[in-house]
Amino acid sequence: MKLYELTAHELHDKLMGREISSVELTNALYERIDEVEDKVNAYVTLDKENALAQAAKVDAKIAKGESISVLAGIPGGIKDNISTKGLRTTCSSKMLGNFIPIYDAHVIERLRADETIFLGKTNMDEFAMGSTTESSYFGVTRNPWNLERVPGGSSGGSAAAIAAGEAIWTLGSDTGGSIRQPASFNGCVGIKPTYGRVSRYGCVAFASSLDQIGPITKDVTDAAIVLNSICGKDEQDSTSLNVEVPDFTKALVQNVKGLRIGLPKEYFGEGIDPRVKSEVEKAVKKYEELGAAIVEVSLPHTEYAVITYYIIAPAEASANLARYDGVRYGYRNLEAKSAAEMVTLSRTEGFGAEVRRRIMLGTYVLSSGYYDAYYNKAMKVRTLIRRDFEEAFQKCDLLLTPTSPVVAYPIDGKMDPLSIYMLDVTTIPVNMAGLPGISIPCGFVDGLPVGMQLIGKVLDEATILRAAYTFEQATGYHKVFAPLGGKHND
Amino acid sequence: MTKYTTVIGLEVHAELKTESKAFCTCSAEFTNVPNTHVCPGCLGLPGTLPVLNKQVVEFAIRAGLAVNCEIQKYNKFDRKSYFYPDLCTNYQISQLDKPICLAGHIDINVDGEEKRIGVTRIHMEQDAGKLVHSGATISTSDFSAVDYNRAGVALIEIVSEPDMRSAEEARAYMENLKAILEYTDVCDCKMQEGSLRCDANVSIMPEGATEFGTRVEIKNLNSFRALVRAIEYEVERQKEVLAEGGRLIQETRTWDDANGVTLSMRNKETAEDYRYFPDADLVPVIIDDAWIERVRAELPELPAQRQARLMEQHGLPKYDASIIVSTKAMAEYFDEAVKTAKDAKGVSNWLLGDVSAYLNNEGITISEFKVTPAHLAELVNLTKDGVLSSKLAKKVFTEMLKEDKAPGALVKELGLEQVSDEGAIMKLVEETIAENPQSVADFKAGKDRAIGFLVGQIMKKSKGKANPGMVQKMLKEKMQ
Repeated sequence: MKLYELTAHELHDKLMGREISSVELTNALYERIDEVEDKVNAYVTLDKENALAQAAKVDAKIAKGESISVLAGIPGGIKDNISTKGLRTTCSSKMLGNFIPIYDAHVIERLRADETIFLGKTNMDEFAMGSTTESSYFGVTRNPWNLERVPGGSSGGSAAAIAAGEAIWTLGSDTGGSIRQPASFNGCVGIKPTYGRVSRYGCVAFASSLDQIGPITKDVTDAAIVLNSICGKDEQDSTSLNVEVPDFTKALVQNVKGLRIGLPKEYFGEGIDPRVKSEVEKAVKKYEELGAAIVEVSLPHTEYAVITYYIIAPAEASANLARYDGVRYGYRNLEAKSAAEMVTLSRTEGFGAEVRRRIMLGTYVLSSGYYDAYYNKAMKVRTLIRRDFEEAFQKCDLLLTPTSPVVAYPIDGKMDPLSIYMLDVTTIPVNMAGLPGISIPCGFVDGLPVGMQLIGKVLDEATILRAAYTFEQATGYHKVFAPLGGKHND
Repeated sequence: MTKYTTVIGLEVHAELKTESKAFCTCSAEFTNVPNTHVCPGCLGLPGTLPVLNKQVVEFAIRAGLAVNCEIQKYNKFDRKSYFYPDLCTNYQISQLDKPICLAGHIDINVDGEEKRIGVTRIHMEQDAGKLVHSGATISTSDFSAVDYNRAGVALIEIVSEPDMRSAEEARAYMENLKAILEYTDVCDCKMQEGSLRCDANVSIMPEGATEFGTRVEIKNLNSFRALVRAIEYEVERQKEVLAEGGRLIQETRTWDDANGVTLSMRNKETAEDYRYFPDADLVPVIIDDAWIERVRAELPELPAQRQARLMEQHGLPKYDASIIVSTKAMAEYFDEAVKTAKDAKGVSNWLLGDVSAYLNNEGITISEFKVTPAHLAELVNLTKDGVLSSKLAKKVFTEMLKEDKAPGALVKELGLEQVSDEGAIMKLVEETIAENPQSVADFKAGKDRAIGFLVGQIMKKSKGKANPGMVQKMLKEKMQ
């Protein structure tokens, strides 16, 4: 078995057992990247020199017998919207094509404290706006399960890197499904923590009330390990919750007996690919076999989630992205004849079509005369969506749904934006309600991974981790590797 | 010709004297070195987040209580969007519909008439940076330089009701508000430097009308003088437009101080749509009763209270007291001086007279005045004790402005002590009587004016040092 096929916790054991060094491991990952990156395009920027230097430091510590964290010396990738001091952070946009941050995001500080290795910055939809990674200024990322298919998005690079063996763990960010949906399309584990669990400081804002950073990994155990590193109160983020962070690995017990799993009927209705539905239903059966109680619940406002999201998220984005004006940093049009023209041209040329579309949407819904009809009403619907979940959780401990109604679709640009937006119906409500959600692999359709989503109560990551872990250990879908360059291609 | 009533409301921006900026930990202190009090946060670098400085809330509560506002317990922040390079995020964090303070008032007194001016609201927000253009304006410049030291410094905006009816009332409101902000120590109130800024909303309506006329907002009023001149100009302009059968438009105008005119900046049609909406990066601030009551208990003496105290404790006339309390520094100077002065009114006379004249002349404030309160008190006492005549006291005062010396020492140095020695004065009286028989005869014939001449002659002989009271008394006795 190749080193890049192993998990973080397996590799930690090998490091501690002196079977391998972190430098060897890091080099192995870069070799793998060299091998497959021109097919996958999971990364925007690589940082080999610093990564190897950090690996050497960890090796020195191990050699001295000093204690290290589980993630120490384990190479990962960081979504390119997370600020890394001294390392280009582009948000996959021409606007920030040459932007080198002067500070580290809070999660980066924490991961540095754990002495992890950062291989580089992963590709994404521009400013995290998209579900395919096609809107990246640096080219589309390809799905390692089928290179003609999208990897999902917006954290497409982070998920594809895991599936292709180009990273042991990665960070993504999730505003409407951007961790869970690509995790699902790539057969990975991806968790969006409760809103406020992880500091957003240094995560380039798309929609402030929805954004949350989380890990994408090969198995549930690694997800818990990365969560342990990045969760916790941060004074630099006012929305970061001041609550105790449990050791999430303690939740990893193989037991779902007596656990009540709710199936929201709205998530299994129209619009779902029947083959996807069938795989998820098999997973439900498996849970029943394992001793969980299955209950049907209803989230009646689900049908309004997508349209509501496409008011709130663009509204917030229109202000969040206003700072990119070519004045202080980022892309600047040099031909402009006035300051106002410079701002207009820099923004028109610096942003791609999808980002411009969402800025215009957001600007429109916040305009004088439209605010009440759109933004205000959307906020009210958001409250109803949140209440739906509260009521459902009266009857169950967690919810189970397909992560996406479909498996990875072709990179052919045939999907119109609206159809793509609608596919996020299964993930968006979780962000609207600020709940934790995890996607884990649960089957295949045409050789493409199917993901199931487990949604927990606020701050109850432990229960969904436990249920995910139990299923994973009882099945083993996570052990199937992407046939990169295999039967679907070449 | 139609008679009009003027309607004025003021919007005042006060920069808070908090140690750090409103939403980051950068120093809020003024510095001349551009872009040194900045960080990733106030520069709006990608991924940064605002975190509210609690001191901003504290100061806003203090200012609100000082102008009799009700403090609102639930506070949230909103984003006000507009593109301008002095704003690092192209939105300003402000408060739209949930301001921290509501429904206050400030009492003013114009020509002896008391009036209560409503304070509609006070809200918290952040300041923008400073732009320096190579040309006259941003659109006519080859380049503009930006300094973000001020970007993110905390502001409160104090919005009055349209309760003022003349430029003088507006001036009185602004003076009182400035004094209150100084006393509460929330703002250093330097209008010229922009730490206290004022916009005036001015309209006119036919006398007796109930509906206000079309409102014009005047910006760039950075002195009391500008405020008064701009309002007076604007009222006349509006009257002229109406007299010529024209219509007023709702617009924003700027005061051109050099030419003494208001100029149109933008009208309602071209006004910005600020697209306010809640800032999701910040959480609501809940102010509990305990917080409000603690700030209330810690409120310092306010100008109105101080005025009453000066009148009661020191017997000052209302006019004197009102002027002394109008600036915190003057009031503190007075309080310090009367600790040792034997005559409070004497101190007041100096402050309102020669001291104010000197300060105006030099263009400085009393904080920069070199004569210490103790020295001024000593000067008052020297006069009170008859050591100095009031004329010589002025001479000593002039010397005190030149060198930092106690008046007593200066009197000795200059040999200016008043001569109160009976023998010495008698000698001068006798000499003068002998030299001026005609005047003596006139006095005896009942011409009282003659004594003034004789006193004058004696004072001249003594080089002004003879005690004038004694001279008069002894002269009369000698001639009878």
